[in-house]
Amino acid sequence: MNTTPSHRIDPRYYQIVALSCLVLYSVIWFRFGTSPFQIALTLGTALGTQYVCTRIWRLPRFDSKSALISGLGLCFLARTSHPLLGALTALIAIASKFVLRWKGKHVWNPTNFALVFMLIASPGFWVSPGQWGSVAFFGFLVVGLGGLVVNRAARGDVAYAFLASWGALLVGRALWLGQPMTIPYHQLQSGTLLIFAFHMISDPKTTPDSRAGRILFAALVALGAGFVQFVLYRTNGLLWSYAVWSAAVPLIDRILPGTRYDWSRPVVGGRLKGVVHETPSGPLPVPVRTRALGA
Amino acid sequence: MKRLLVPCLFLSALALWAPRADCFCGFYVAKGDAKIFNKASKVVMVRDEDRTVLTMVNDFKGNPEEFAVVVPVPTSIAKQQIHIGDKAVVDHLDAYSAPRLVEYFDPDPCQIMAMEKSALRMQMAPMASAKDEARARSLGVTIESRYTVGEYDILILSAKESGGLETWLRDNGYTVPPGASRVLGGYLKQGMRFFVAKVNLKEKSKLGYAYLRPIQVAYESAKFTLPIRLGMVNSEGTQDLFVYALTRNGRVETTNYRTVRLPEGMDVPEFVKDEFEDFYRSMFAQQVRKERGEAVFLEYAWNMGWCDPCAADPLSQEELRSLGVWWVPDPSQGRGFVPPGGSQQVFITRLHVRYDRAHFPEDLVFQQTGDQQNFQARFVIRHAWAGDDHACPNWDAYARDLKKRRGQEAENLATLTGWGVGSIRRKMNLASDGSVPESKWWDRIWSN
Repeated sequence: MNTTPSHRIDPRYYQIVALSCLVLYSVIWFRFGTSPFQIALTLGTALGTQYVCTRIWRLPRFDSKSALISGLGLCFLARTSHPLLGALTALIAIASKFVLRWKGKHVWNPTNFALVFMLIASPGFWVSPGQWGSVAFFGFLVVGLGGLVVNRAARGDVAYAFLASWGALLVGRALWLGQPMTIPYHQLQSGTLLIFAFHMISDPKTTPDSRAGRILFAALVALGAGFVQFVLYRTNGLLWSYAVWSAAVPLIDRILPGTRYDWSRPVVGGRLKGVVHETPSGPLPVPVRTRALGA
Repeated sequence: MKRLLVPCLFLSALALWAPRADCFCGFYVAKGDAKIFNKASKVVMVRDEDRTVLTMVNDFKGNPEEFAVVVPVPTSIAKQQIHIGDKAVVDHLDAYSAPRLVEYFDPDPCQIMAMEKSALRMQMAPMASAKDEARARSLGVTIESRYTVGEYDILILSAKESGGLETWLRDNGYTVPPGASRVLGGYLKQGMRFFVAKVNLKEKSKLGYAYLRPIQVAYESAKFTLPIRLGMVNSEGTQDLFVYALTRNGRVETTNYRTVRLPEGMDVPEFVKDEFEDFYRSMFAQQVRKERGEAVFLEYAWNMGWCDPCAADPLSQEELRSLGVWWVPDPSQGRGFVPPGGSQQVFITRLHVRYDRAHFPEDLVFQQTGDQQNFQARFVIRHAWAGDDHACPNWDAYARDLKKRRGQEAENLATLTGWGVGSIRRKMNLASDGSVPESKWWDRIWSN
C-alpha cells in the first residue's frame, strides 16, 4: 500500500468553495426554503457527527472536508418542515458512511442515503427538484464542469456517462411519444440534475472502481431514474435510482475490478489483476489511511 | 354545428380547438364580478396519496351547443367517478385564497397610544349510436363508456392511434386544430384515456341552470399532473391557470418548473386601494417578466381552518366535501365538527401560472410537500394620521418618518409593477425627495 504523502491539492477544497458559492447564490438569489440558521445547523451537525464518529472509530484524524461537502449537498436539496429534521438528516448522512460499509468502502453516498432515508421516514421532509428551474443552469454547468476538469477528472467519466445516458433516455422518450425536442431540452436544463451529476454520482468513494464499471453504473442509474419518473410517476427518480444501484456497486466491483480511489492520489482506476484493497474488510473501518472516509 | 373545445378548462386539453376569446374564467378581487384575468382557467385539485379529485370550472359564455371539452385522464372513468359540482363553492375558494390588500391607520403621534385598526379590503355530437360505434371501431377508437351526468353527455375514449382519434373527433363535429394529433398520440402512448364532455341541451333546460356547472372527476393514479399541452396546440399567446390544491399534509409545488412566492407584506401607496385590480394585474405581469416567464407562482398556502386576515371565510366541511375532500368527516353524519377557527386537516395551495408554448413545453407535474408554513400574497397601505394636533415634540419625528415612508412606498410600487416612479410620485402628490410639495396660493383660489 502506498502511503507516500502527496503534494497535490486535495480536490475537495475546490468542491467546498464551489458548493459554498452555489449555496450562497441560491439562498440570496432564489430565496428558497432554507435559512442561514438552517444552513449553519446542517453544517454544524455534519461536522459534529464527523467529529464524534472519528472519536468512536478512533480514526487518527478529524476530516472536516468530506463532512462539509455532504452538509453542503444537503443544504441544496433537503427541505424540512422543522430545522431539527434538517439536523437529523445531516447526522444520518455522516453516520451512514461509518456504519454502512462493505469491504472498507461506504456503500451509499452519504447525502443520497440521508435524502432517501428521510423521504421514506418523515412526512415533514421533501426535496424540490424544480427549485432552480433553468435559471441558474449555465452557472451550475460551469462550476460543475470546472470541478471535473480541474480536480475530479479521475471520476469525471461517471458524470459524463450519466448525463449522456440520461439525455439519450429523455430524447428517446420524446421521439417515441412524438414530442417536440423542447421537452427533453427543458428536462435537461435543471440545476438539480447538474448538482446530482457533478456532486453526487461522481463521488469517487461510492462509484465502482473501474471505468467500465462506472459507465455501466451511470447507465443503470439513468435507466432506473427513468423507470421511477416515467413508469411509476414518482418524483426524485435520480435519488431513488442512485440509492438502489449503489447497493449493486460491490457486485459491479467484483465483475469489473479496478483500483480503489484515494483522495490524495486521484487516478482513473484501470482494470487490475488481484486487486488490493486499501482498507481491510469488515463491519468497522480500521484507520489505515491518513485521508479517510471520503465524501 | 361545430363544437368548440373550450380553451378554458385547464386541462382543457382542450383548447385544442379553435380558440375563441369568449371563454373567460375570471379571477376575482374586490368585487365578485370583476374579472381581471382573461383567458384564465380554474381547477381545484384534491389530492392525497394516489387519489385525485379534479373540479374544472369554465365560464363559457357562448352557445352551449358549441361547448365541448376533451381532457386526458390517466385511467378509465366509471359513472360514479363523475359528478357535477357547485360553482359557488369554487368561487368561495377563490375569494378565500385571493391576494389581498390590508390597510392600517397611523395612530396620533401626539398620543403615544397604539390604536391600530386594520381593515381588510380585498379584495360533441349526438350520443353515439351503434352505427357510430362501428365507425369508431373502424378508426381504432373505443368508446369505453358513455354517461349523462347533470347537463353533460360524457364519453370515455381510448384509441389505438392518434390519427383515428382525430378523425373520429372531426367526424363527430369537433373542431380539432392542426397539430393536435401529435399531442394526442403522446398521451395515447402513455396509456391515457380521453374524457370528452358536451352539453346535453335537453337535460340543461330541464335542470334550468343559466350557466355550465363545474365537472368533477375522481380517479386513482400515481400521476399528479395537469396536461396543459393540448391547450397550447393552437394558441400563440399566454393563458392563465389557477390551481387550488387541497391536500392533507402541506403545500403543493411543481417539480418540473420553479414555484416562486409572489412578493408579500410590502407597503404600497394609499391610492392602490382604489385600483387594486390594476395593481394586481401589473404586479403579476411584472413578476412573470422578472422570472422570464418560466415560473409558477404561489399566491396562497394556508391551513383551511382559519385565515388572517380573512378575504372570505374558510370553506365549511360541506363545501370541502363537495369539492371531493373525502377525508373530512361528513357533517350530515354528525361527526367531526370543527369549530370556527379550528385547525382542519386540509391545506390549501393556490398556484397561478401564465403559460405559453415557448416557456412551458411540458405538462405541469406536482408534488405534495410537508411544508405547512402559511403564506399569503398580502399588500399593505398605511394611512397617515389625519388629526389636526401637530403641536407636540413627537410631530417632527413623525413627519420625517412619514416622508421617508412615502418615498419608499413609491419605490416599492414601481419595483412591484414596473410603473414609472415619477408618475407614481405625481399620483401620490410627492416631490422626488418624498416630501409633499407645499401648495401655492393660487391652488386655493379655485377648487379645480
